[in-house]
Amino acid sequence: MSRDILIQCLYIVAFALFIYGLMGLTGPRTAVRGNLIAAVGMGIAVVATLLTPGMGNWLLIVLGVVLGTIVGVPAAKRVKMTAIPQMVALFNGVGGGAVALIAWVEFRQSDGFAHEPVYVAVASLFSAIVGSVSFWGSNIAFGKLQELISGRPIGVGRLQQPLNLLLLLGSVACAALIATGTDNEWLMIGLLVAAAVLGVMVVLPIGGADMPVVISLLNALTGLSAAAMGLALNNTALIVAGMIVGASGSILTNLMAKAMNRSIPAIVAGGFGGGGGTGTVIEGDRSVRRTSASDAAIQMAFANQVIIVPGYGMAVAQAQHAVREMAELLESKGVSVVYAIHPVAGRMPGHMNVLLAEADVPYDRLKEMDEINREFSRTDVAMVIGANDVTNPAARTDQDSPIYGMPILNVDESRSVIVLKRGMAPGFAGVDNALYFDPKTSMLFGDAKSSVNEVTEELKAL
Amino acid sequence: MLVQNLAVLVLAGFVGFAVISKVPNTLHTPLMSGTNAIHGIVLLGGLIVLGLGAESVLDKILLVIAIAFGTINVVGGFLVTDRMLAMFKDRSKGTGK
Repeated sequence: MSRDILIQCLYIVAFALFIYGLMGLTGPRTAVRGNLIAAVGMGIAVVATLLTPGMGNWLLIVLGVVLGTIVGVPAAKRVKMTAIPQMVALFNGVGGGAVALIAWVEFRQSDGFAHEPVYVAVASLFSAIVGSVSFWGSNIAFGKLQELISGRPIGVGRLQQPLNLLLLLGSVACAALIATGTDNEWLMIGLLVAAAVLGVMVVLPIGGADMPVVISLLNALTGLSAAAMGLALNNTALIVAGMIVGASGSILTNLMAKAMNRSIPAIVAGGFGGGGGTGTVIEGDRSVRRTSASDAAIQMAFANQVIIVPGYGMAVAQAQHAVREMAELLESKGVSVVYAIHPVAGRMPGHMNVLLAEADVPYDRLKEMDEINREFSRTDVAMVIGANDVTNPAARTDQDSPIYGMPILNVDESRSVIVLKRGMAPGFAGVDNALYFDPKTSMLFGDAKSSVNEVTEELKAL
Repeated sequence: MLVQNLAVLVLAGFVGFAVISKVPNTLHTPLMSGTNAIHGIVLLGGLIVLGLGAESVLDKILLVIAIAFGTINVVGGFLVTDRMLAMFKDRSKGTGK
Protein backbone atom coordinates (compact mmCIF):
# COMPACT_ATOMS: atom_id res chain seq x y z
CA MET A 1 0.00 0.00 0.00
CA SER A 2 2.72 2.44 0.93
CA ARG A 3 4.38 1.65 -2.39
CA ASP A 4 1.16 2.75 -4.13
CA ILE A 5 1.20 6.03 -2.28
CA LEU A 6 4.84 6.55 -3.19
CA ILE A 7 3.99 5.95 -6.86
CA GLN A 8 1.06 8.37 -6.70
CA CYS A 9 3.30 11.00 -5.07
CA LEU A 10 5.93 10.54 -7.75
CA TYR A 11 3.21 10.96 -10.39
CA ILE A 12 2.19 14.23 -8.74
CA VAL A 13 5.79 15.40 -8.86
CA ALA A 14 5.98 14.29 -12.51
CA PHE A 15 3.00 16.20 -13.74
CA ALA A 16 3.87 19.24 -11.68
CA LEU A 17 7.15 19.16 -13.62
CA PHE A 18 5.25 18.77 -16.92
CA ILE A 19 3.19 21.85 -16.18
CA TYR A 20 6.18 23.85 -14.97
CA GLY A 21 8.15 22.72 -18.00
CA LEU A 22 5.39 23.73 -20.38
CA MET A 23 5.20 27.14 -18.74
CA GLY A 24 8.91 27.46 -19.45
CA LEU A 25 8.38 26.48 -23.06
CA THR A 26 6.20 29.52 -23.60
CA GLY A 27 9.09 32.00 -23.24
CA PRO A 28 12.24 32.10 -25.34
CA ARG A 29 14.66 32.40 -22.45
CA THR A 30 13.15 29.72 -20.25
CA ALA A 31 12.32 27.30 -23.05
CA VAL A 32 15.41 25.08 -22.96
CA ARG A 33 15.11 24.64 -19.23
CA GLY A 34 11.36 24.05 -19.59
CA ASN A 35 11.94 21.21 -21.99
CA LEU A 36 14.55 19.70 -19.70
CA ILE A 37 12.21 19.95 -16.71
CA ALA A 38 9.43 18.21 -18.61
CA ALA A 39 11.90 15.47 -19.61
CA VAL A 40 12.90 14.99 -15.97
CA GLY A 41 9.20 14.72 -15.14
CA MET A 42 8.87 12.00 -17.76
CA GLY A 43 11.83 10.14 -16.27
CA ILE A 44 10.25 10.27 -12.82
CA ALA A 45 6.92 9.03 -14.20
CA VAL A 46 8.62 6.08 -15.88
CA VAL A 47 10.59 5.13 -12.75
CA ALA A 48 7.44 5.40 -10.63
CA THR A 49 5.59 3.09 -12.99
CA LEU A 50 8.37 0.53 -12.85
CA LEU A 51 7.98 0.51 -9.04
CA THR A 52 4.43 -0.84 -9.39
CA PRO A 53 4.13 -3.97 -7.21
CA GLY A 54 4.06 -7.19 -9.20
CA MET A 55 5.84 -5.90 -12.29
CA GLY A 56 7.33 -8.65 -14.42
CA ASN A 57 8.36 -9.32 -18.00
CA TRP A 58 11.44 -7.19 -17.33
CA LEU A 59 13.39 -8.51 -20.28
CA LEU A 60 10.65 -7.59 -22.70
CA ILE A 61 10.27 -4.16 -21.12
CA VAL A 62 13.98 -3.53 -21.52
CA LEU A 63 13.79 -4.82 -25.09
CA GLY A 64 11.01 -2.38 -25.97
CA VAL A 65 12.77 0.60 -24.38
CA VAL A 66 16.10 -0.27 -26.00
CA LEU A 67 14.47 -0.69 -29.41
CA GLY A 68 12.73 2.65 -29.06
CA THR A 69 15.94 4.36 -27.97
CA ILE A 70 17.95 2.86 -30.82
CA VAL A 71 15.43 4.19 -33.33
CA GLY A 72 14.47 7.46 -31.64
CA VAL A 73 17.80 8.94 -30.60
CA PRO A 74 19.59 8.85 -33.97
CA ALA A 75 16.42 10.01 -35.72
CA ALA A 76 16.18 13.03 -33.44
CA LYS A 77 19.91 13.79 -33.51
CA ARG A 78 20.38 13.51 -37.26
CA VAL A 79 17.24 15.11 -38.62
CA LYS A 80 17.90 18.34 -40.47
CA MET A 81 16.23 21.44 -39.10
CA THR A 82 14.25 21.75 -42.33
CA ALA A 83 12.77 18.30 -41.81
CA ILE A 84 11.56 18.98 -38.27
CA PRO A 85 7.85 19.14 -39.17
CA GLN A 86 7.77 15.63 -40.57
CA MET A 87 9.82 14.36 -37.65
CA VAL A 88 7.28 15.77 -35.21
CA ALA A 89 4.53 14.12 -37.29
CA LEU A 90 6.32 10.79 -37.06
CA PHE A 91 6.95 11.01 -33.31
CA ASN A 92 3.32 11.93 -32.85
CA GLY A 93 2.23 9.01 -34.98
CA VAL A 94 4.12 6.38 -33.01
CA GLY A 95 2.56 7.75 -29.81
CA GLY A 96 -0.89 7.22 -31.32
CA GLY A 97 0.16 3.78 -32.53
CA ALA A 98 1.27 2.81 -29.03
CA VAL A 99 -2.14 3.79 -27.64
CA ALA A 100 -3.99 1.74 -30.26
CA LEU A 101 -1.81 -1.32 -29.62
CA ILE A 102 -2.26 -1.11 -25.85
CA ALA A 103 -6.03 -0.85 -26.28
CA TRP A 104 -5.99 -3.91 -28.49
CA VAL A 105 -4.08 -5.94 -25.88
CA GLU A 106 -6.47 -4.70 -23.19
CA PHE A 107 -9.31 -6.08 -25.27
CA ARG A 108 -7.57 -9.45 -25.67
CA GLN A 109 -6.69 -9.76 -21.99
CA SER A 110 -10.12 -8.93 -20.63
CA ASP A 111 -12.12 -11.14 -23.02
CA GLY A 112 -13.62 -8.15 -24.78
CA PHE A 113 -13.84 -6.04 -21.61
CA ALA A 114 -16.27 -8.64 -20.20
CA HIS A 115 -15.02 -8.23 -16.63
CA GLU A 116 -14.48 -4.48 -16.74
CA PRO A 117 -16.82 -1.61 -15.91
CA VAL A 118 -18.45 -0.01 -18.96
CA TYR A 119 -16.39 3.16 -18.68
CA VAL A 120 -13.16 1.16 -19.04
CA ALA A 121 -14.47 -0.37 -22.25
CA VAL A 122 -15.63 3.00 -23.59
CA ALA A 123 -12.36 4.77 -22.73
CA SER A 124 -10.24 1.97 -24.21
CA LEU A 125 -12.27 1.81 -27.39
CA PHE A 126 -12.15 5.59 -27.75
CA SER A 127 -8.39 5.53 -27.37
CA ALA A 128 -8.13 2.68 -29.88
CA ILE A 129 -10.05 4.62 -32.53
CA VAL A 130 -8.29 7.93 -31.95
CA GLY A 131 -4.87 6.30 -31.61
CA SER A 132 -5.27 4.44 -34.88
CA VAL A 133 -6.49 7.56 -36.71
CA SER A 134 -3.56 9.52 -35.30
CA PHE A 135 -0.97 6.86 -36.20
CA TRP A 136 -2.02 6.49 -39.81
CA GLY A 137 -2.87 10.15 -40.31
CA SER A 138 0.56 11.16 -38.98
CA ASN A 139 2.32 8.68 -41.23
CA ILE A 140 0.53 10.13 -44.25
CA ALA A 141 1.45 13.63 -43.06
CA PHE A 142 5.05 12.48 -42.78
CA GLY A 143 4.90 10.98 -46.27
CA LYS A 144 3.52 14.19 -47.71
CA LEU A 145 6.03 16.48 -46.03
CA GLN A 146 8.91 14.15 -46.90
CA GLU A 147 7.52 14.20 -50.44
CA LEU A 148 7.17 10.43 -50.55
CA ILE A 149 3.55 11.15 -51.42
CA SER A 150 2.46 14.09 -53.54
CA GLY A 151 1.93 17.20 -51.44
CA ARG A 152 -1.06 18.06 -53.58
CA PRO A 153 -4.46 17.12 -52.26
CA ILE A 154 -5.43 13.57 -53.21
CA GLY A 155 -9.04 12.63 -52.80
CA VAL A 156 -12.07 10.93 -54.21
CA GLY A 157 -14.00 14.13 -54.79
CA ARG A 158 -17.57 14.41 -53.60
CA LEU A 159 -17.57 10.94 -52.13
CA GLN A 160 -14.84 11.92 -49.67
CA GLN A 161 -17.00 13.14 -46.84
CA PRO A 162 -19.70 10.45 -47.00
CA LEU A 163 -16.88 7.89 -47.12
CA ASN A 164 -15.10 9.38 -44.11
CA LEU A 165 -18.38 9.49 -42.22
CA LEU A 166 -19.02 5.86 -43.11
CA LEU A 167 -15.58 4.84 -41.84
CA LEU A 168 -16.14 6.73 -38.61
CA LEU A 169 -19.56 5.18 -38.14
CA GLY A 170 -18.08 1.77 -38.93
CA SER A 171 -15.46 1.99 -36.23
CA VAL A 172 -17.93 3.44 -33.73
CA ALA A 173 -20.36 0.61 -34.55
CA CYS A 174 -17.63 -1.96 -33.86
CA ALA A 175 -16.90 -0.16 -30.59
CA ALA A 176 -20.59 -0.15 -29.63
CA LEU A 177 -20.90 -3.90 -30.27
CA ILE A 178 -17.80 -4.60 -28.19
CA ALA A 179 -18.93 -2.34 -25.36
CA THR A 180 -22.32 -4.04 -25.20
CA GLY A 181 -20.67 -7.38 -24.59
CA THR A 182 -19.75 -8.96 -27.93
CA ASP A 183 -16.40 -10.69 -27.51
CA ASN A 184 -15.18 -11.11 -31.06
CA GLU A 185 -11.65 -10.11 -31.86
CA TRP A 186 -12.49 -9.41 -35.49
CA LEU A 187 -14.67 -6.54 -34.30
CA MET A 188 -11.65 -5.02 -32.57
CA ILE A 189 -9.50 -5.54 -35.65
CA GLY A 190 -12.27 -4.10 -37.81
CA LEU A 191 -12.40 -1.07 -35.53
CA LEU A 192 -8.66 -0.51 -35.80
CA VAL A 193 -8.65 -0.96 -39.58
CA ALA A 194 -11.64 1.33 -40.15
CA ALA A 195 -9.99 3.98 -37.99
CA ALA A 196 -6.71 3.49 -39.85
CA VAL A 197 -8.35 3.97 -43.24
CA LEU A 198 -10.16 7.00 -41.82
CA GLY A 199 -6.84 8.51 -40.72
CA VAL A 200 -5.40 7.97 -44.18
CA MET A 201 -8.47 9.33 -45.95
CA VAL A 202 -8.69 12.42 -43.78
CA VAL A 203 -5.07 13.48 -44.28
CA LEU A 204 -4.57 12.49 -47.94
CA PRO A 205 -6.84 15.19 -49.39
CA ILE A 206 -5.24 17.94 -47.34
CA GLY A 207 -2.91 20.25 -49.21
CA GLY A 208 0.56 21.11 -48.04
CA ALA A 209 -0.44 24.56 -46.80
CA ASP A 210 -2.74 23.07 -44.18
CA MET A 211 -0.25 20.45 -43.03
CA PRO A 212 0.98 22.28 -39.91
CA VAL A 213 -2.58 22.59 -38.67
CA VAL A 214 -3.19 18.91 -39.29
CA ILE A 215 -0.06 17.84 -37.43
CA SER A 216 -1.08 19.99 -34.50
CA LEU A 217 -4.59 18.54 -34.60
CA LEU A 218 -3.24 14.98 -34.63
CA ASN A 219 -0.94 15.93 -31.76
CA ALA A 220 -3.95 17.06 -29.72
CA LEU A 221 -5.81 13.87 -30.65
CA THR A 222 -2.97 11.65 -29.48
CA GLY A 223 -3.02 13.57 -26.21
CA LEU A 224 -6.73 12.91 -25.81
CA SER A 225 -6.29 9.23 -26.58
CA ALA A 226 -3.55 9.05 -23.93
CA ALA A 227 -5.92 10.66 -21.43
CA ALA A 228 -8.64 8.13 -22.29
CA MET A 229 -6.12 5.34 -21.86
CA GLY A 230 -5.36 6.82 -18.45
CA LEU A 231 -9.03 6.59 -17.49
CA ALA A 232 -9.13 2.95 -18.60
CA LEU A 233 -5.95 2.04 -16.72
CA ASN A 234 -6.81 4.26 -13.74
CA ASN A 235 -3.45 6.02 -14.13
CA THR A 236 -3.34 9.66 -13.04
CA ALA A 237 -0.11 10.48 -14.84
CA LEU A 238 -1.58 9.42 -18.17
CA ILE A 239 -4.80 11.33 -17.53
CA VAL A 240 -3.07 14.57 -16.59
CA ALA A 241 -0.30 14.54 -19.20
CA GLY A 242 -2.61 13.37 -21.97
CA MET A 243 -5.26 15.94 -21.18
CA ILE A 244 -2.78 18.80 -20.93
CA VAL A 245 -1.50 17.92 -24.38
CA GLY A 246 -5.04 17.53 -25.66
CA ALA A 247 -6.05 20.96 -24.38
CA SER A 248 -2.90 22.83 -25.32
CA GLY A 249 -2.78 21.09 -28.70
CA SER A 250 -6.34 22.19 -29.42
CA ILE A 251 -5.47 25.78 -28.62
CA LEU A 252 -2.37 25.66 -30.78
CA THR A 253 -4.37 24.14 -33.63
CA ASN A 254 -6.94 26.86 -33.33
CA LEU A 255 -4.29 29.61 -33.30
CA MET A 256 -2.75 28.21 -36.46
CA ALA A 257 -6.06 27.81 -38.23
CA LYS A 258 -6.95 31.39 -37.31
CA ALA A 259 -3.69 32.69 -38.72
CA MET A 260 -4.75 31.23 -42.05
CA ASN A 261 -8.34 32.35 -41.69
CA ARG A 262 -9.44 28.75 -41.93
CA SER A 263 -11.75 26.80 -39.71
CA ILE A 264 -10.68 23.39 -38.48
CA PRO A 265 -13.75 21.63 -39.93
CA ALA A 266 -13.01 23.22 -43.32
CA ILE A 267 -9.45 21.93 -43.18
CA VAL A 268 -10.47 18.43 -42.18
CA ALA A 269 -13.09 18.44 -44.93
CA GLY A 270 -10.13 18.96 -47.18
CA GLY A 271 -9.58 20.69 -50.44
CA PHE A 272 -7.43 23.74 -49.74
CA GLY A 273 -5.81 24.19 -53.11
CA GLY A 274 -7.91 21.28 -54.24
CA GLY A 275 -8.47 20.60 -57.90
CA GLY A 276 -11.50 22.90 -58.01
CA GLY A 277 -9.41 25.85 -59.14
CA THR A 278 -11.93 28.49 -58.18
CA GLY A 279 -9.31 31.22 -57.90
CA THR A 280 -8.72 33.72 -60.61
CA VAL A 281 -6.27 32.12 -62.98
CA ILE A 282 -3.69 34.53 -64.21
CA GLU A 283 -2.82 33.78 -67.78
CA GLY A 284 0.74 33.36 -68.91
CA ASP A 285 0.67 36.42 -71.14
CA ARG A 286 1.10 38.77 -68.19
CA SER A 287 4.74 39.62 -68.00
CA VAL A 288 7.01 39.58 -65.01
CA ARG A 289 10.14 41.66 -64.68
CA ARG A 290 13.38 39.76 -64.24
CA THR A 291 16.35 41.13 -62.39
CA SER A 292 19.95 40.09 -61.83
CA ALA A 293 21.92 39.56 -58.65
CA SER A 294 23.94 42.72 -59.23
CA ASP A 295 20.85 44.88 -59.73
CA ALA A 296 19.29 43.40 -56.61
CA ALA A 297 22.49 44.08 -54.66
CA ILE A 298 22.62 47.73 -55.74
CA GLN A 299 18.92 48.20 -55.00
CA MET A 300 19.38 46.93 -51.46
CA ALA A 301 22.72 48.55 -50.72
CA PHE A 302 21.21 51.98 -51.19
CA ALA A 303 18.02 51.30 -49.28
CA ASN A 304 17.33 52.63 -45.79
CA GLN A 305 15.42 49.59 -44.75
CA VAL A 306 15.16 46.09 -46.17
CA ILE A 307 12.56 43.62 -45.01
CA ILE A 308 13.32 39.98 -45.66
CA VAL A 309 10.28 37.74 -46.05
CA PRO A 310 11.33 34.10 -45.71
CA GLY A 311 9.15 31.15 -46.67
CA TYR A 312 9.37 27.46 -47.29
CA GLY A 313 11.67 28.04 -50.28
CA MET A 314 14.35 29.28 -47.89
CA ALA A 315 13.98 26.11 -45.83
CA VAL A 316 14.19 23.83 -48.85
CA ALA A 317 17.29 25.57 -50.17
CA GLN A 318 18.87 25.66 -46.67
CA ALA A 319 19.51 29.31 -47.40
CA GLN A 320 19.23 30.63 -43.83
CA HIS A 321 22.99 30.97 -43.27
CA ALA A 322 23.46 32.67 -46.65
CA VAL A 323 20.61 35.04 -45.79
CA ARG A 324 22.17 35.97 -42.46
CA GLU A 325 25.49 36.64 -44.15
CA MET A 326 23.82 38.89 -46.70
CA ALA A 327 21.91 40.73 -43.98
CA GLU A 328 25.10 41.34 -41.99
CA LEU A 329 26.81 42.74 -45.04
CA LEU A 330 23.86 45.06 -45.66
CA GLU A 331 23.95 46.21 -42.06
CA SER A 332 27.65 46.97 -42.32
CA LYS A 333 26.62 49.31 -45.13
CA GLY A 334 24.15 51.06 -42.83
CA VAL A 335 21.00 49.38 -44.10
CA SER A 336 18.52 48.32 -41.47
CA VAL A 337 17.43 44.73 -42.02
CA VAL A 338 14.48 43.03 -40.36
CA TYR A 339 12.66 39.80 -41.03
CA ALA A 340 8.90 39.53 -41.51
CA ILE A 341 7.62 36.26 -40.14
CA HIS A 342 4.17 35.16 -41.21
CA PRO A 343 2.60 32.90 -38.59
CA VAL A 344 2.28 30.01 -41.03
CA ALA A 345 5.30 30.63 -43.24
CA GLY A 346 7.00 27.33 -43.91
CA ARG A 347 5.42 24.11 -42.83
CA MET A 348 4.86 24.85 -39.17
CA PRO A 349 4.25 27.95 -37.11
CA GLY A 350 7.62 29.21 -36.01
CA HIS A 351 9.41 27.14 -38.65
CA MET A 352 11.15 30.25 -39.98
CA ASN A 353 12.11 31.38 -36.49
CA VAL A 354 13.76 28.05 -35.83
CA LEU A 355 15.74 28.16 -39.07
CA LEU A 356 16.84 31.76 -38.64
CA ALA A 357 17.78 31.10 -35.03
CA GLU A 358 19.90 28.21 -36.27
CA ALA A 359 21.68 30.71 -38.50
CA ASP A 360 22.31 33.05 -35.50
CA VAL A 361 19.95 35.76 -36.65
CA PRO A 362 19.25 37.93 -33.59
CA TYR A 363 15.84 37.22 -32.08
CA ASP A 364 14.81 40.88 -32.02
CA ARG A 365 15.14 41.18 -35.80
CA LEU A 366 12.29 38.76 -36.34
CA LYS A 367 9.04 40.67 -36.52
CA GLU A 368 5.61 39.13 -36.33
CA MET A 369 2.97 39.92 -38.90
CA ASP A 370 0.97 42.60 -37.08
CA GLU A 371 4.08 44.48 -36.12
CA ILE A 372 5.78 44.40 -39.50
CA ASN A 373 2.74 45.15 -41.64
CA ARG A 374 2.88 48.79 -40.51
CA GLU A 375 6.49 48.98 -41.71
CA PHE A 376 6.15 47.90 -45.33
CA SER A 377 4.92 51.28 -46.57
CA ARG A 378 8.08 52.86 -45.10
CA THR A 379 10.39 50.25 -46.58
CA ASP A 380 12.51 50.60 -49.70
CA VAL A 381 13.04 46.97 -50.56
CA ALA A 382 11.14 43.87 -49.50
CA MET A 383 13.00 40.69 -50.40
CA VAL A 384 10.74 37.65 -50.59
CA ILE A 385 12.73 34.43 -50.29
CA GLY A 386 10.67 31.43 -51.28
CA ALA A 387 7.43 32.66 -49.71
CA ASN A 388 4.36 32.70 -51.87
CA ASP A 389 0.82 32.41 -50.56
CA VAL A 390 1.51 34.47 -47.44
CA THR A 391 2.39 37.46 -49.65
CA ASN A 392 -0.41 37.14 -52.18
CA PRO A 393 -2.47 40.36 -52.28
CA ALA A 394 -5.36 38.34 -53.69
CA ALA A 395 -6.04 37.30 -50.10
CA ARG A 396 -7.12 40.93 -49.47
CA THR A 397 -8.77 41.75 -52.76
CA ASP A 398 -10.00 38.73 -54.72
CA GLN A 399 -13.13 37.30 -53.16
CA ASP A 400 -13.02 34.30 -55.49
CA SER A 401 -9.56 33.26 -54.43
CA PRO A 402 -9.35 30.17 -52.22
CA ILE A 403 -7.04 32.09 -49.91
CA TYR A 404 -9.33 35.14 -49.69
CA GLY A 405 -9.41 36.47 -46.15
CA MET A 406 -6.15 34.88 -45.03
CA PRO A 407 -4.06 37.51 -43.23
CA ILE A 408 -1.00 38.21 -45.34
CA LEU A 409 2.20 40.22 -45.16
CA ASN A 410 1.55 43.44 -47.04
CA VAL A 411 4.70 43.12 -49.09
CA ASP A 412 3.08 44.93 -52.00
CA GLU A 413 2.99 48.15 -49.97
CA SER A 414 6.76 48.52 -49.94
CA ARG A 415 8.44 50.72 -52.54
CA SER A 416 9.99 47.82 -54.41
CA VAL A 417 9.91 44.07 -54.11
CA ILE A 418 12.50 41.48 -55.07
CA VAL A 419 11.20 37.93 -55.26
CA LEU A 420 13.63 35.00 -55.11
CA LYS A 421 11.99 31.98 -56.64
CA ARG A 422 12.93 28.87 -58.54
CA GLY A 423 10.29 29.31 -61.22
CA MET A 424 6.78 30.55 -61.75
CA ALA A 425 5.14 27.57 -60.08
CA PRO A 426 2.29 28.54 -57.78
CA GLY A 427 2.51 28.05 -54.02
CA PHE A 428 0.95 25.28 -52.02
CA ALA A 429 -2.51 26.71 -52.31
CA GLY A 430 -2.13 26.30 -56.06
CA VAL A 431 -2.96 29.95 -56.67
CA ASP A 432 -1.06 32.40 -58.85
CA ASN A 433 0.44 35.32 -56.99
CA ALA A 434 -0.55 38.75 -58.28
CA LEU A 435 2.45 40.20 -56.46
CA TYR A 436 4.78 38.82 -59.15
CA PHE A 437 3.02 40.80 -61.86
CA ASP A 438 3.12 44.06 -59.91
CA PRO A 439 5.19 46.63 -61.83
CA LYS A 440 7.40 47.35 -58.81
CA THR A 441 8.24 43.69 -58.36
CA SER A 442 11.30 42.13 -59.94
CA MET A 443 11.98 38.43 -59.99
CA LEU A 444 15.35 36.78 -59.32
CA PHE A 445 14.97 33.23 -60.54
CA GLY A 446 17.09 30.39 -59.21
CA ASP A 447 17.76 28.34 -56.11
CA ALA A 448 17.31 30.61 -53.08
CA LYS A 449 20.70 29.78 -51.59
CA SER A 450 22.73 30.38 -54.74
CA SER A 451 20.75 33.55 -55.53
CA VAL A 452 21.41 34.93 -52.06
CA ASN A 453 25.08 33.99 -52.34
CA GLU A 454 25.35 35.77 -55.68
CA VAL A 455 23.74 38.88 -54.22
CA THR A 456 26.20 38.71 -51.32
CA GLU A 457 29.14 38.51 -53.71
CA GLU A 458 27.82 41.51 -55.61
CA LEU A 459 27.39 43.41 -52.35
CA LYS A 460 31.00 42.71 -51.44
CA ALA A 461 32.10 44.05 -54.80
CA LEU A 462 30.20 47.32 -54.39
CA MET B 1 -12.73 6.24 -8.85
CA LEU B 2 -14.21 7.25 -12.20
CA VAL B 3 -15.59 10.49 -10.81
CA GLN B 4 -12.26 11.39 -9.22
CA ASN B 5 -10.45 10.65 -12.45
CA LEU B 6 -12.92 12.70 -14.45
CA ALA B 7 -12.36 15.62 -12.09
CA VAL B 8 -8.63 15.32 -12.63
CA LEU B 9 -9.24 15.13 -16.39
CA VAL B 10 -11.29 18.32 -16.48
CA LEU B 11 -8.87 20.25 -14.28
CA ALA B 12 -5.91 19.10 -16.37
CA GLY B 13 -7.74 20.36 -19.45
CA PHE B 14 -8.05 23.81 -17.93
CA VAL B 15 -4.39 23.79 -16.94
CA GLY B 16 -3.54 22.97 -20.56
CA PHE B 17 -5.62 25.89 -21.79
CA ALA B 18 -4.18 28.29 -19.23
CA VAL B 19 -0.55 27.41 -19.81
CA ILE B 20 -0.68 27.74 -23.57
CA SER B 21 -2.93 30.72 -24.14
CA LYS B 22 -0.05 33.19 -24.32
CA VAL B 23 2.83 31.96 -26.44
CA PRO B 24 4.75 33.97 -29.01
CA ASN B 25 4.43 32.61 -32.55
CA THR B 26 8.14 32.02 -32.51
CA LEU B 27 7.81 29.22 -30.03
CA HIS B 28 4.88 27.41 -31.59
CA THR B 29 7.01 24.79 -33.30
CA PRO B 30 9.12 23.92 -30.23
CA LEU B 31 5.96 23.96 -28.14
CA MET B 32 4.18 21.59 -30.46
CA SER B 33 7.22 19.37 -30.37
CA GLY B 34 7.42 19.58 -26.57
CA THR B 35 3.76 18.70 -26.00
CA ASN B 36 4.28 15.95 -28.55
CA ALA B 37 7.03 14.50 -26.37
CA ILE B 38 4.80 14.70 -23.29
CA HIS B 39 2.07 12.55 -24.78
CA GLY B 40 4.78 9.91 -25.09
CA ILE B 41 3.55 9.25 -21.54
CA VAL B 42 1.55 6.47 -23.21
CA LEU B 43 4.76 4.56 -22.66
CA LEU B 44 3.56 4.09 -19.08
CA GLY B 45 0.45 2.33 -20.35
CA GLY B 46 2.61 -0.17 -22.21
CA LEU B 47 4.83 -0.70 -19.17
CA ILE B 48 1.88 -1.36 -16.86
CA VAL B 49 0.02 -3.72 -19.17
CA LEU B 50 3.13 -5.69 -20.07
CA GLY B 51 4.61 -5.62 -16.58
CA LEU B 52 1.45 -6.80 -14.84
CA GLY B 53 1.18 -9.82 -17.05
CA ALA B 54 0.80 -10.46 -20.72
CA GLU B 55 0.43 -14.14 -21.43
CA SER B 56 0.15 -14.87 -25.11
CA VAL B 57 3.00 -14.33 -27.53
CA LEU B 58 0.95 -11.94 -29.67
CA ASP B 59 0.15 -9.79 -26.63
CA LYS B 60 3.84 -9.65 -25.76
CA ILE B 61 4.85 -8.70 -29.28
CA LEU B 62 2.18 -5.99 -29.50
CA LEU B 63 3.23 -4.53 -26.16
CA VAL B 64 6.94 -4.56 -26.94
CA ILE B 65 6.12 -2.62 -30.11
CA ALA B 66 3.91 -0.27 -28.10
CA ILE B 67 6.71 0.35 -25.59
CA ALA B 68 9.20 0.91 -28.41
CA PHE B 69 6.79 3.36 -30.04
CA GLY B 70 6.23 5.18 -26.74
CA THR B 71 9.97 5.38 -26.13
CA ILE B 72 10.57 6.80 -29.63
CA ASN B 73 7.88 9.37 -28.93
CA VAL B 74 9.40 10.42 -25.59
CA VAL B 75 13.10 10.29 -26.34
CA GLY B 76 12.86 11.59 -29.90
CA GLY B 77 10.39 14.29 -28.92
CA PHE B 78 12.46 15.77 -26.10
CA LEU B 79 15.71 15.58 -28.07
CA VAL B 80 14.30 17.30 -31.14
CA THR B 81 12.73 20.00 -28.99
CA ASP B 82 16.02 20.51 -27.22
CA ARG B 83 17.88 20.83 -30.52
CA MET B 84 15.43 23.46 -31.73
CA LEU B 85 15.56 25.41 -28.50
CA ALA B 86 19.32 25.21 -28.11
CA MET B 87 19.56 27.46 -31.13
CA PHE B 88 17.46 30.13 -29.49
CA LYS B 89 19.53 29.92 -26.33
CA ASP B 90 22.95 30.23 -27.98
CA ARG B 91 21.86 33.22 -29.95
CA SER B 92 20.34 35.15 -27.05
CA LYS B 93 23.62 34.68 -25.17
CA GLY B 94 25.48 36.08 -28.16
CA THR B 95 23.49 39.29 -28.18
CA GLY B 96 23.80 39.62 -24.42
CA LYS B 97 20.08 39.67 -23.84
